[in-house]
Amino acid sequence: MKKRPYMNPYFSGVILGFVLLMAMFLSGRGLGASGGIKYLVVSAVGSIDHDHALQSPYYAKYFIGEKSPLKNWLVFEIFGMLIGGMISGAISGRLKFRIEKPGHVSVARRLIFAFLGGVFFVFGAQLARGCTSGAALSGMAVLTVAGFVTMLAIFGSGYMFAWFFRKNWI
Amino acid sequence: MGPLLTGIEISNWINLLTAFLIGIGFGFALEQAGFSSSRKLAGMFYGYDATVLKVFFTAAIVAMVGARILNALDLLDMNLVFHNHYYIHASLIGGTIMGAGFIMGGFCPGTGISALAIGKIDALFFLSGGAVGAFIFAETYGLLEKIHLAGYRGPVKLSSIMGMSDGLFILIVVVVAAGMFWIAEKAEKKFERPEITEEL
Repeated sequence: MKKRPYMNPYFSGVILGFVLLMAMFLSGRGLGASGGIKYLVVSAVGSIDHDHALQSPYYAKYFIGEKSPLKNWLVFEIFGMLIGGMISGAISGRLKFRIEKPGHVSVARRLIFAFLGGVFFVFGAQLARGCTSGAALSGMAVLTVAGFVTMLAIFGSGYMFAWFFRKNWI
Repeated sequence: MGPLLTGIEISNWINLLTAFLIGIGFGFALEQAGFSSSRKLAGMFYGYDATVLKVFFTAAIVAMVGARILNALDLLDMNLVFHNHYYIHASLIGGTIMGAGFIMGGFCPGTGISALAIGKIDALFFLSGGAVGAFIFAETYGLLEKIHLAGYRGPVKLSSIMGMSDGLFILIVVVVAAGMFWIAEKAEKKFERPEITEEL
């Protein structure tokens, strides 16, 4: 399939805004991503060591009534995201296994920092009760202080640390 | 009146199906915007690509304006829409940790998922790290609980603590966003890196 350029950012922003509005109108909630990852982890821990999960106050709350933590709004949503991303990649000719990095960065360095970034990001998202989509974007849509503060903290911190990691990107 | 699918037990599966369909739209929008590219996302922090700012604020404004319109038409009861609760310490510390993760990994969780969807191996590493991050948080929750619950302020709205109507507040957000979009367009020209922002 022929490659197409990325969509105009304002236009894709409008689409994203309508998707978020639909989530609010239909399900009374915002979007999310890190929460879906959390439920997958909780479910994995529950199937590997069920006793541990039931004894820990953190995990136990997700297993009340023997309900599966996978039967969750966010889990279904992130599986939808994979399909939606794939559809988008297919119509724009971007489906391809690859490691994206600047030319001067080694593959090992890119993958190590990607992994570490993931550890930090989702850990932080658990603490803040949501990530860029669940806490910041969805919160801002309903005008909450939590939404605006989380957004400012994420991006402010990004700029604060950008200098230290500049060699990874530019 | 919306939200349509809350509070009815029978709607549980319909609600999960809705989540799946909304996820499709979410993943599609992120990928089309170019958020499946870590270098495009990182451009936000080095000035050469401000797509993040444009998409993020456009989406937030569409949703906040749309919700107020639906509410004014009596189609959406905002009291039934989830408002995230503000815990001062957790938001600030968690947000700061997330920002560090963003600049290291080049993704946030949602954009990482959209990147994995088109086959980016670095996104797979990012999300695997994310699972480890969630696991570390769960296993060390006993130590973190105090910070997690400190400084509780409830589901407060910024408009109310600033003592203004939601409508006026949204208008201010729109004006501020327009100013930021203008700066972003200038910055992208100044720090231009076409080989990153146009390369696919």
